[in-house]
Amino acid sequence: MLLYNVGVTMMPSESKKQSKTPTDNSNVGVFSSDEDLAAVCKRLRRDIVTMIGKAGSGHPGGSLSAVEIVVTLYWKVLHHKPADPAWPDRDRFILSKGHAAPVIYAALAECGYFPKSELDTLRKIDSHLQGHADRTSTPGVEMSSGSLGQGLSFAVGAALAGRLDSQSWHVYALLSDGECDEGQTWEAAMSAAMFKVDNLTAIVDKNSIQLSGFTKDIMNLDPLNKKFESLGWHVIEIDGHDLKQVLDALERARTVKGRPTVIIAHTVKGKGVSFMENNVDFHGKAPNPEQLEQALKELA
Amino acid sequence: MAEEIAPREVYGKTLVELGRENPDIVVLDADLFPSTMTRYFKDAFPERFLEVGIAEQNMVGIACGLAANGKIPFASTFAVFGTSRCFDQIRVSVAQAKLNVKIVVTHSGLTVGEDGASHQALEDLALICSLPGFTVIVPADAVETAQAIRAVAAHKGPCYVRLVRGKLPVILDDSYRFEIGKAYTLRKGKDATIMAIGTMVAPALEATSMLANEGIDCRVLNMSTLKPIDEAAIIKAAQETGAIVTAEEHQEHGGLASTVSRVTAKHHPVPMVFVAVKDKFGMSGKPAELLEKYGLTAKDIAEAVKETLKRKV
Repeated sequence: MLLYNVGVTMMPSESKKQSKTPTDNSNVGVFSSDEDLAAVCKRLRRDIVTMIGKAGSGHPGGSLSAVEIVVTLYWKVLHHKPADPAWPDRDRFILSKGHAAPVIYAALAECGYFPKSELDTLRKIDSHLQGHADRTSTPGVEMSSGSLGQGLSFAVGAALAGRLDSQSWHVYALLSDGECDEGQTWEAAMSAAMFKVDNLTAIVDKNSIQLSGFTKDIMNLDPLNKKFESLGWHVIEIDGHDLKQVLDALERARTVKGRPTVIIAHTVKGKGVSFMENNVDFHGKAPNPEQLEQALKELA
Repeated sequence: MAEEIAPREVYGKTLVELGRENPDIVVLDADLFPSTMTRYFKDAFPERFLEVGIAEQNMVGIACGLAANGKIPFASTFAVFGTSRCFDQIRVSVAQAKLNVKIVVTHSGLTVGEDGASHQALEDLALICSLPGFTVIVPADAVETAQAIRAVAAHKGPCYVRLVRGKLPVILDDSYRFEIGKAYTLRKGKDATIMAIGTMVAPALEATSMLANEGIDCRVLNMSTLKPIDEAAIIKAAQETGAIVTAEEHQEHGGLASTVSRVTAKHHPVPMVFVAVKDKFGMSGKPAELLEKYGLTAKDIAEAVKETLKRKV
């Protein structure tokens, strides 16, 4: 079924032992690019609507809202090697909002983890691009998610593992605001503060819409900043589509010591496609062929 | 009378030995370390012990993040809280992701006693066995517990080990060698086979003495690895003894009875009777009283054997 040898699916002790052979501890192969990030964002948005359109199902809204966050991470912040997904020194990126898998698939493909042509297989039988992120299927995916609220716990565990081994890599977890309805998110938030994991940065893609409506109507989360602050987190609030603000926040987060940082990124659901923006319908609906054509025109 | 030892006591001490041997062993608990006996590890390796509070979902999630990054996490709590309370986390974050997480629960079954139904896990094995890739072990005594804990630490992949609150008679000696996936013949016999797990193994042996007085010669298999089940041992028992009784401190649905029946139905059907909880919740009471009320005693096993023999052709 799998076309690739997915490094991260190896069991831990195995990957540790084998890390000497397939993985390389030098910085050779670390991803870097001087490309204009705004252009990359536009390209990723095209990838996202195209793959979801071709799949005929998927979640465009929450993928499009996270584009600037994901691009800044993969292009400017994360230390990662597309040719060696299990590189031990890599920064860990945890996608907790697993339904936004298309934004990660687009980023991983653009970075070279697998050929871009694979994006056309999204959600199709035997594809390694599953409907929700799956660590056993896709090179570069750290966690299997899709059932909401589980990623921050995983990220706390990853951060603790790094700290136990005195590693300098950092853990980033991308959450949706809707999944902050889940109690586990707050169990994890409390424990991150209690354990003082300062090698962890959470980013909440606060696009203010969840499956059946606006978050303020479904289950109000505000004031979200005060909730995290009261639990002992360092909170940064930004415009999640302003590339400079996103980069500044991510860089600042890495310097905060003694407590975890959360970046509350105010975003627009469906950002970049006029008829998807702030439209609840496009939380989990694919564009039809005409809509796809229109979307690609807008993103040209 | 055999010496009685609480398996959870042995679990706690084995964890300390493993912790000394392997720096990647990390232990998590959800406000129950004085009961699960992870307290020994907490005292010996405080930096590798994580108290997560009463938050089992988060405990499982943290264990996954640790496992994905080279650690061997042992997450412990009571059986009810370590399974149904965080089942979706175990399903998606652990099992679907194929992570090397060890869930070791104590206080399973009716023998929790006075705490009553909310605390008596009788469906945990059904839940865990339903997840692809899980290794599920129910040790019969302290000797097997020590070896099973070492075996799951060495095994790569998700594991579930089910322990109880009380002391259990030691029935295996130091020459015993536990192996994942292998049933162990505790008594040879030709008329019927009793297959038992956990607390029901000692009563199964006791039942054979009662039956021997009536001229019935029973085989006893300790089926401590419930998943992957030892199909060969079951088929052999079915062929050679022609009648099977299963015995478990769990619902009839989804545990040993279901697992063994699936094997016999496919390969060699024989008359079977199941000594198990019959679609009921537990209640408060003394462990011995509860086992009697729910039909989980040596006498019940002996009666079950006689019933299968009536149906044997």
